[in-house]
Amino acid sequence: MRNNIERQVGVLILVLVVALMCYSVVRASTEAPTKQKPSEYQVNIQDFSFEPDTVSVPVGATVTWTNKDEEPHTVFSNDDVFKSKALDTDEKFSFKFTKAGTYKYFCSVHPKMVATIEVGSSDKKSAPMKMENKRRGSD
Amino acid sequence: MTNESLITENLNKDGIDRRGFLKCMAWAGTGAFCMLQGGIMKSFALGDPALHKVSAGNSELAFVQISDSHIGFSRAANPDVAGTLREAIAKINALPVSPAFVLHTGDISQLSRPEQFDTAEQTLKDIRTEKVFYVPGEHDVLDDNGAGYRARFAKNAEGDGWYSFDTHGAHFIGLVNVTNVKAGGLGNLGAEQLTWLEKDVKHLKPSTPVVVFAHIPLWSIYPQWGWGTSDSEQALSYLKRFGSVTVLNGHIHQTMRKVDGNVTFHTAMSTAFPQAAPGDGPGPGPLKVPAEKLRSVLGITDVNFIRGRHTLGVTDSPLDSAM
Repeated sequence: MRNNIERQVGVLILVLVVALMCYSVVRASTEAPTKQKPSEYQVNIQDFSFEPDTVSVPVGATVTWTNKDEEPHTVFSNDDVFKSKALDTDEKFSFKFTKAGTYKYFCSVHPKMVATIEVGSSDKKSAPMKMENKRRGSD
Repeated sequence: MTNESLITENLNKDGIDRRGFLKCMAWAGTGAFCMLQGGIMKSFALGDPALHKVSAGNSELAFVQISDSHIGFSRAANPDVAGTLREAIAKINALPVSPAFVLHTGDISQLSRPEQFDTAEQTLKDIRTEKVFYVPGEHDVLDDNGAGYRARFAKNAEGDGWYSFDTHGAHFIGLVNVTNVKAGGLGNLGAEQLTWLEKDVKHLKPSTPVVVFAHIPLWSIYPQWGWGTSDSEQALSYLKRFGSVTVLNGHIHQTMRKVDGNVTFHTAMSTAFPQAAPGDGPGPGPLKVPAEKLRSVLGITDVNFIRGRHTLGVTDSPLDSAM
């Protein structure tokens, strides 16, 4: 009986350790190279384009756009989900994505500037990562 | 970029002296007056005494176009846009014939801020002219879709700020193509404005000279940089029956011209800062030039309507030119 309990505790600890290792590996592999904190992402508005023009973020992430051009720009989602004020040089706009989906957006001052934020499911347990509830833009 | 690339191939076989026109275009940057009279190009260098006979004696209507003052901009390309605007006004006030009015083809302000509109309006009061007419640029409709612009500059206009007026037997139409733009799109007039335009010109005689002014070019110059209007063809279709149509635009901060049948298209220099030639750089941003060159790439446009001639004489005049 005591052996049983010891074995069960030992197995439990082993399971916890393995789970912790799996979690760390998965967390490390999904960290984007440019972000500061795990759930924050940066997009630079530079030379009349959004850089990068496609960003994949987890649900709950915040994206911050910074205007590095000498021209004002805006960040308008195609389907009215988010809309910045006009950003002068060095001004920023942030938006927290609470729903999964594909968010196309553009600059309303220079509408040829277009880009996308892909907001993925945060479920990493067993199933491979899948895009759920793909939003259709209104364009 | 050669001057040839500025001229469309799409000319009617109506005897227009294209070689002469191209030669004149090469002078345009240094202040030449090019006038089409019945398909023949007449050109005068500024300072030529014959020019005074043309503008002072025969001119039935003289007006000026300025554009892209960008009040509020203050970066390397021009730290003093209010100063260069004042120089442009001094140039207008020194013209041999005072303009009956001035058209401002938009981007009055840099950021649609009330104090920027105020400064522009106050500065423009120094022009010796009866009235300044405006159309908005994309910089004038930020954050409020143009409500602030309209309250100040387009109180009696329709929709997003379009209107028309008649003077000296000519019909002037101010159009707005910077609101309701779509992702990936160009300038946009929209169904409501097009409907209004069709009705507005319906009862005019074909001999009435028509002048259309709007911020973004109403012809396709360089779509990759947003230099065009997606539904301009439909607007121009309502003007096909007129003998003389002149389209005056801004937005690209450099002069370009195109003649297409009865329509002469013209874009003006900015009074604030130049932009690169189409495709020459990453985008249509403020272009820094050596300080001593700045005033050669900023300027005004003088337009003369001479009764009996069915086209208008359009002259681009840089700030540093003698006239």
